[in-house]
This record gives sequence, structure tokens and C-alpha cells, in this order.
Amino acid sequence: MSLIKSSYAKPIYIVDGLRSPMLKVKGKPGPFTASDLAVQVCRALLAKQNFTPEQIDEVVTGCVMPSADEANISRVIGLRVGCGKAVPAYTVQRNCASGLQALDNAAQDIASGRYDLVLAGGTEAMSHAPVIYNRRMVSWLVDLNTAKTLAAKAAVLAKFRPSYLAPIWGLIRGLTDPMVGLSMGQTAEIVAHRFHITRQQMDEFAYESHQRLARAFDLGYLQNEITPLYDTAGNYYLEDDGLRRDTSLQKLASLKPYFDKPFGEVTAGNSSQVTDGAAYLILASAEAVKRYKLPVLGRMVDTAWAALEPSEMGLGPAYVAARLLKQQHLKLDDIDYWEINEAFAAQVLGCIAAWQDADYCRKYLGLEGALGKLDLAKLNIDGGAVAIGHPVGASGARITLHLLNILKRKQAKRGIATLCIGGGQGGAVLLENVEGVE
Amino acid sequence: MSQPTQYQNWRVETDADQITWLYLDRAGRSTNSISYAVLDELEHILNHLPAARALIITSAKSNGFIAGADIETFTKLNNPAEVASFINKGQSVFKQLAGLSIPTIALIKGFCLGGGLELALSCRYRIAEDSQRTKLGLPEVLLGLHPGWGGSVRLPLLIGGLQAFDLILSGRTVSAKAAAKMGFVDAAVPERHFMQAARYYALKAPVPHKANYLQQITNHALVRPLLAKQMRSQLRQKVSPEHYPAPYAVLDLWEQHGVGDMALALEAESLARIALTDTAKNLIRVFFLQDRLKGLSKGVDFKAKHVHVIGAGTMGGDIAAWCALRGLNVTLQDREPKFIAPAIKRAADLYTKKLKEPRLIQSALDRLMPDLTGTGIHKADVIIEAIYEDLAAKQAVFKNIEAACKADAILATNTSSIPLDEINKALQDPSRLVGIHFFNPVAKMQLVEVVQGQITQQDVINKAIAFVRQIDRLPLPVKSSPGFLVNRVLMPYLMEAMIMLEEGISADAIDQAAVQFGMPMGPIELADTVGLDVCLAVAKNLSKYFGGTVPIRLEHMVKDKALGRKTGQGFYQYKDGKPVRVKNEVGQSTSAEIIDRLILRMLNESVACLREQVVADSDLLDAGMVLGTGFAPFRGGPINYAKARGVENIINQLKQFTEKYGVRFKPDADWNNLK
Repeated sequence: MSLIKSSYAKPIYIVDGLRSPMLKVKGKPGPFTASDLAVQVCRALLAKQNFTPEQIDEVVTGCVMPSADEANISRVIGLRVGCGKAVPAYTVQRNCASGLQALDNAAQDIASGRYDLVLAGGTEAMSHAPVIYNRRMVSWLVDLNTAKTLAAKAAVLAKFRPSYLAPIWGLIRGLTDPMVGLSMGQTAEIVAHRFHITRQQMDEFAYESHQRLARAFDLGYLQNEITPLYDTAGNYYLEDDGLRRDTSLQKLASLKPYFDKPFGEVTAGNSSQVTDGAAYLILASAEAVKRYKLPVLGRMVDTAWAALEPSEMGLGPAYVAARLLKQQHLKLDDIDYWEINEAFAAQVLGCIAAWQDADYCRKYLGLEGALGKLDLAKLNIDGGAVAIGHPVGASGARITLHLLNILKRKQAKRGIATLCIGGGQGGAVLLENVEGVE
Repeated sequence: MSQPTQYQNWRVETDADQITWLYLDRAGRSTNSISYAVLDELEHILNHLPAARALIITSAKSNGFIAGADIETFTKLNNPAEVASFINKGQSVFKQLAGLSIPTIALIKGFCLGGGLELALSCRYRIAEDSQRTKLGLPEVLLGLHPGWGGSVRLPLLIGGLQAFDLILSGRTVSAKAAAKMGFVDAAVPERHFMQAARYYALKAPVPHKANYLQQITNHALVRPLLAKQMRSQLRQKVSPEHYPAPYAVLDLWEQHGVGDMALALEAESLARIALTDTAKNLIRVFFLQDRLKGLSKGVDFKAKHVHVIGAGTMGGDIAAWCALRGLNVTLQDREPKFIAPAIKRAADLYTKKLKEPRLIQSALDRLMPDLTGTGIHKADVIIEAIYEDLAAKQAVFKNIEAACKADAILATNTSSIPLDEINKALQDPSRLVGIHFFNPVAKMQLVEVVQGQITQQDVINKAIAFVRQIDRLPLPVKSSPGFLVNRVLMPYLMEAMIMLEEGISADAIDQAAVQFGMPMGPIELADTVGLDVCLAVAKNLSKYFGGTVPIRLEHMVKDKALGRKTGQGFYQYKDGKPVRVKNEVGQSTSAEIIDRLILRMLNESVACLREQVVADSDLLDAGMVLGTGFAPFRGGPINYAKARGVENIINQLKQFTEKYGVRFKPDADWNNLK
């Protein structure tokens, strides 16, 4: 097919990709740091290729909360997987879409002609999110360290108050909007309220997500997408462990609201799970595909970004997908399969409702009328973050990879993968199933 | 600046700051060691030292400081007078060095061992490079010797007797940082600070290091006996004084004479005695045999980057872990994650023990990649098959490998029982297959048999040997005959032990006798440790080729799943991993006969192996048995022992046993060639 207008000056091919099983956070730090997760995924991915890790041109990683030992985590990963000292690497952060941001940056670097072969994706160990001393504690520690005499030290010691020990939980702060002060779950409540999404609709959506993921595992659809993780205690991890094969509508209905207590509708059951995981892809120019005789998984046609009211961040996909379709002169029905990241069931359902609302589409999405009705049979057909989990840095790369695999499996043509982004943004990528370089 | 005299082994320079630099650069050697000539020249240098503000002694070799006294010198000294003269020469020169009034500094990069450290200890200060390669220690006991140039006096003086003898009695080496912490290195600094540090000590001459109060107390006449007693009892758990007299002798010296001048003189005297014992001679011989194995890879230009191991069981998993520890990229293949996960855990435990630093542990683990689909095959330089012992399964594996691997990849099997010439029939090019046979536990056993089939290419064998060296193991080239060398010679020993058990001799008596002979572990406990299932399989396989019967009891025990240490029940019962021994005293003569029955079967099989040229010569055979089975190292190996005892004596004993116990003791025809 002819090349349509794209934000990329050259065609971008995706050659291959892998992800880790997503491991639900169970309170304590999990067995893997963010770079550990990425390393196990990337080295397995690179081992499959018929080029060496040193032949990669750069490594781009999306990660929201790398640990204190993982400054510019992408560089850490590049070195750990054997890309060698000479391969540059950088890290990007766009909250929940950091993984997609990494792919966009990688694509831009290829499109500009700077590079031909880029390893890009995202990783997150949410279970390792930092717990921070509060500001008064830090001031006190500095005073103590700078006190010179024994007497001065004693004086500082005497000033200590137990409240100084109150920690700041990085994960909770990270999932709270810094401008409007709402937790992400509360923004989902707002979206649900605006589009009259009921608790039952949310729970049904969540139930379906688990069912679909279970089926995908059983039918082996994820076998070539997931590489097992191994820890140093002799354990191994094959499946997303947030998957609840035994969940039911009754069980979901019995859960209490988690964010807006006691009258809210968003529960832990109809929200995405806080999870550790990584997903990486290899992006290539046409030249690299030819040079290394690479198989082609698909083409990254175009990417779009949009921003909106932070307290309604969950509607990000509605905004950005509309924009992407418009700039590609495509209609809703031109897209064969969709991946809308399930940050919250309420928010995905909100997006679908928004597209059917002619007033909303005119007023906020710059359309002349309703975008249309999205067939749920085309959406997240193998489940989504409610069942899989949402390791914020990795999800963008995960849904992109999975959508490419769906397009191949279904021999379909086009797909859009899109995410809402904390802070009030949306990101979307248009993918196309191609067999090789045109 | 005066015109310096020319020396063969030393370079003398005096710089603008009036610091005299002594560079040791042994003529004709790649590694510095201290020979008589080195000492003689050093003496001359010290006698003609130009007026200088300080003296710095360092190495001109890039590989290290000084590896120790020249061991070859020891092998050439035959009588006590000659030995004493060499030792006294060193003592007097080092004493002269220690007595200089100007600051003296040893500037140490890389190894600084034995006599090298003793030289450094005679300087006022020691500066060592803080790097992985710097190793300091007094490993003399490992050669059946003990320090003789003041090490056993100057080291305790600096850091106290407790820490000093921990090093001297074990022979272990420490890093520059650890040495600095103990106090016998004044500064452990990175190479970039070497010159500044050297100049600082040379020109500022700070107060020299002294043992702290607690350390000083350990050298006190009233305290030494208490500590010595403690250390002696710990030593006894590792080695016996009859077999290894050196550590006991040096400990006695310190206990009785402390750290004064008297002790120095007696140290020399004691070493002169010790150096001529059979133990020292045999251990030095083993040391040179190791050198010979190390040298087998010389001139072979092969360096593997990536190793692929198929089969993540105990052997395969541990081989993979070891290769990654030695810096190679490793893919470890097995059918399911559940087979690989335990291997990753064992690797993590090994790395934690060996590497300690989290960053190093992490990168070793990063180099070890689980591989369910065999993606590593097409990139690997060396591919090692370590699946279960089944010919058809192994052939299938190699068929797959050959179809996917690089054209010049080394294809190796870790089989211990299946002839290479049967496995390689599955290959289009059967001459590619070589055996690389590791021993369990891989991380401890230095020896690796490199097995050649009838048609294995010499080039492949050479590369396999180079690979074994690359991962810091000792290659022993052997012919692919059943059991190769080590298992074949070991098996009659184990079988004889089981026959004795069936005769009613107790396990404890048998094991005691073997340990008394000098084996690291008795045969019954060894069988339990290896696993009775493994023993049975090897025994069955070998009896197929060489006759003999497999003990019925062994078969029954395997059937009953009493497999030894791993199941908690074998010939012994195991409690907390330790065998429960029922003490059983037997008389001296019975014990001697037990030993002879065990050892003579081993010796007879060794001679059979020589006759069949399983290994090229008797030195390699001795090396293989000492390094592969721990055959009493101080006896220098089976053939060395046989020769020392007298071939005639052994043939006679074998003949007697043949009459008494049967044809399994029939002397091999080749004994006559050893006379």
C-alpha cells in the first residue's frame, strides 16, 4: 500500500518484541528491579536476532520510577545486556505512556536518519517505588551531620520528633495528580460520573478482561510474546500472576470502592493492577531490515499525542485516537483491532461513550459529529491491564507489541494502541501489518 | 647520578628526588621469582647503594610483583646444607634490607606471594594496587613448605599472630584492601595514585605501621600457647601432621619462640628440614604437573565468547554457571523453566560466595541466560551437551546442534560413560565431536578431562583444551575408552570397598583406613556423596567392558531409593548433611590390609590405563588422579606412589591378594615396564 502521511519521515518497521510476565505487587519489593526485568526480556529478545547486541544503534527506555541505583536506567540496561560501551542510551518519562514515548522517540531517531536499529520499550518495578524521608527528617539529618561538637550534636538530637519518621510513599504520590490533587482512581470516578458508567458495566468489563486473558494463555497466543523470568531463589514466572481465572461478577460486585470511599464505584477489581514488568521491541529502518534480512512484525505508521483536563485524564485515548484518525484520514471502522490500555474499566468505557456522544465529539474532539460506536469484539481481545496489570513504564510497549501480534494472528491490516496518561494526556500509535519492506 | 652497575635480574635507577628505584626483572622469565642469583644481586645492590633518600622496590614485569621463591631451585637442592644455604642467603639479604636506615617501600601490583611477600615485609612500607589482580599471601604450606625468609616472624609482628597464622596455615591469599585492613599493607590505592603514594612514603617517611595492642598481645609468651593450641586443633581437622608436617612445624616455632631474632634463625633451620621431606617433594611435583596441564593450551589461538549448554541438571547447570562466572556469555538450554530455575539459584549462590560485590554478582547472572528454545546454538563458540546418559537422546541433540550451529563451533559432550565414537555417528562430520568431561562439584573440581574419540580432529581437541584453560580449569587429554581415566581408576577402589562391606568390614573402618592413607574422603562416604545411582550406572557401564561384578547390595539400595547423601540414607545415614558414624576400631594389620586392597586395585587399574594409553604418560596419570579425585597429594599420585614403594613390592602384594581374594588383583602385564 502507498505510504500515507506520517509524522515519521521514513517508514519504521518493528522486527520483534518480547515482554515479561507481569507480576502483581504484593506489598513488599518484588524479586526484580526495573533493570532486572528489562535485562531478562532484552537479552532473550536479542539472543533471537541474527545481529549482535553491539550492532544495535541505541537503547531507549520508558520508566517512571527507576530505583536510586538506576539513574538513566536505559544506559544501565544497554550495558547489562551486552550492547557494549559504545551504544548510547536514554530514558524517557511520560507517566503511563512512557513505553509508548520510548517507541516514538526510537521511531523519530530512525526517521531522522540518525539510526537504523533501535531497542526500545519500557520497564517498571512498581513494587520498588521509593519510600522517602519527609522534608523535616532530611533537614534534621543534615543538621546532625553538620553539627561539629559533641554538644552541638546533642542539641540536634534533642530536637528529634517521632513525626519526622513518617515516610512518603513514592507510589501513592506518583499515582496522585500533582496539579489537581486527585488520585488516578478519583479521576476515573469523575469520568464514570460524566458518562453515567455504572458499577455493573465496569465489573462486567473487568470480568471480560480476565476471561479474555485466560483464554489467550490457554490457546497459546502469548507463548511467543512472553519470556519467563527467573529469580535467584530458584523461582520462575511464566504467566501474569494478576490473572484471576476464578473471578466472577459476584466476586467483583462484592468489592468495596477503593478510591472514593464509601460511595464510589471504582474498585480494585475494575482497575488495573499495580504491577512489575517490562516489554521491549526492536525497531528498524528499511535499510536495517534488508541488511540483516530481518523478519517484519509490522509497521509503526504514525503516533499522536493529546492533552486534556487533568481531572479527566482517563479520556486521553478519546482525544488522541480521534486526532490520529483525523490526521490519517481514517474512520473508526477502518481500524481492525484496538488496544486501549485498561487503567480503569470506567475510563475505557468513558472513552467509548465519548466517541458516541456527538456533542462531546464536536465540543472537545474537534469532530463534526460522533466518531462512532466501537465494537467491543475489536477491543482488547486478549484482555487488558485489569487482568494483566499496568507497570506504568512498560504498558505502552506491551500493548503495541501485543496489537502487532494480534494483527498477524488475525491477518488484519490496521490497529491502534492507545493509553490515558496521568496528568491529563493521551498517546496513540497506528500500526499496520506488513510482511516486509515495501 | 652515579653510573649504575648492570645486573641480570635487577634494574637500579635513582631519580631527581634522590629516590632509588629497584626493578626486579628476572632474566629469561615472564614471571618474577626469587632465585639464588636474584638474592646475590640484591645483596650486591644493597652493599653498593648510592646515597639516597629512600629505596623503592617494585617489579618490571606487567603480570605481577613476585610469585615467591624460585621453586625450581628447591627441586635441584638435594642435601640439607644446600637447602640451608639458599634459605640463609635470603634471610641475611632480607635482614640487611630491613635494617636500612632510609625509608624502604615495596610497590606491589598483581601477585605478591611467598618469598615475594617476605621481601615486601622486610621493607618499612608496602603499597599495593587496589585491583582484582592483586593477591598477597604466604602459600608455602600448599607446597609442603613454610615461610623461611622471615614471613612467619615479620607478619605476626605486624598484624598479630592470630591473623598472621590464619594466612600462613591456610596458604590463602587476600586482596590489597583486605591486607590493608589487616595492617600489612600501608596503602591500597588505585594505579593512578601509585606514584603519589610512593613519593609520599619515600619523602615524608611517616611513622611505620605497628600492630595494635590486641594484636601485640597475641605474640606474648603467655598467650601464644593458648592460641597455638586452638589453631592446632583447627588445623588437625583439615590435615594430619604425619602427612603435612610443615604447618605444624611453623606453628610450633611461633608458639615456642615468638617473633624475635631467635625465631628467624629457627625458621630457616626448620624449613631446611621440611623442604627435603617426601611431602614437600611430592607437592612441588604436583605443582609442576599443574603447570604442565596449564601449558597444554600454549600456542592455541582460540577464545570462546559464548557457550551454549544443553541440559540444566546438576552438571549442565553448574558448568553453565561456572562459564558465566569466568566471564563468558552463556545460554543454558532445557525443555522447561522448572529444570532451569534451580540452576539459576545455584549460580546465584555460587556468585554470592565467590564475587561478594553486588555489581559483580549481577553481571555474572546477566551473562547466564536461560534458553528454552535453543536460540544460543547459532551464536555459540562452544556447545556442551550435558543431558542424561542415553545414546539416542544425545545423538538427537547433536543432530539438531549440527544443523543450526556455526561452522567452527566446538561440539562437546559431557558424557562420562558413552563412547564418543558412538555419539558422533549422528553427525555429518563426526570428527567435530570432543568430550569435555567435568567433575562434580564443578566449582570445586579443577580437573576436566578432554576426551578424544578415534577420529576427533586434533584442532578441535586443541581448542577444547584452550577453552578449558579459558575457564580456569586444568585440562587432561584422555582417550575415549570407557570411564576415561578418573572414573575408571576410581571405580575398582569403590568396588573393593563395597566388597569389603559385604565381607562384614564396617564402613567406618574402611573409610578411616582410606583417610589415614591420605584420601580426602573414604570410599564409602565418597560413594554416598557422588550418589549411589550414579555409582551404579558407572559400575554397570564399566563392568560391561572390563568384567567384574556389580555389588548386589548397591543394586538393592538404588532400588530402595537409598541414594546416599542426597536422600539422607546411603551406606551411612545422614543427619544435617553429615554421616552418622558407628566407631569401629580395627587392628593395625587389618587396617593396613584394607588400605592395600583399596589402593592396589587403583594402582593396578592405573597401570592398565597406561598400557592402553588412556593418557599419554604416567605424569599425566598422576596429575589426573590427584586433581580429579584428591588421591593423597603428598604421595604425588598413584604411579609416583607405586614407584616410591617399589614396583616389585606391589607386584608381590597383588599376587598374594590374587590368591586370597581372586583374579581382580591379577597384576597388570605393564607393571614390568615400570620397573
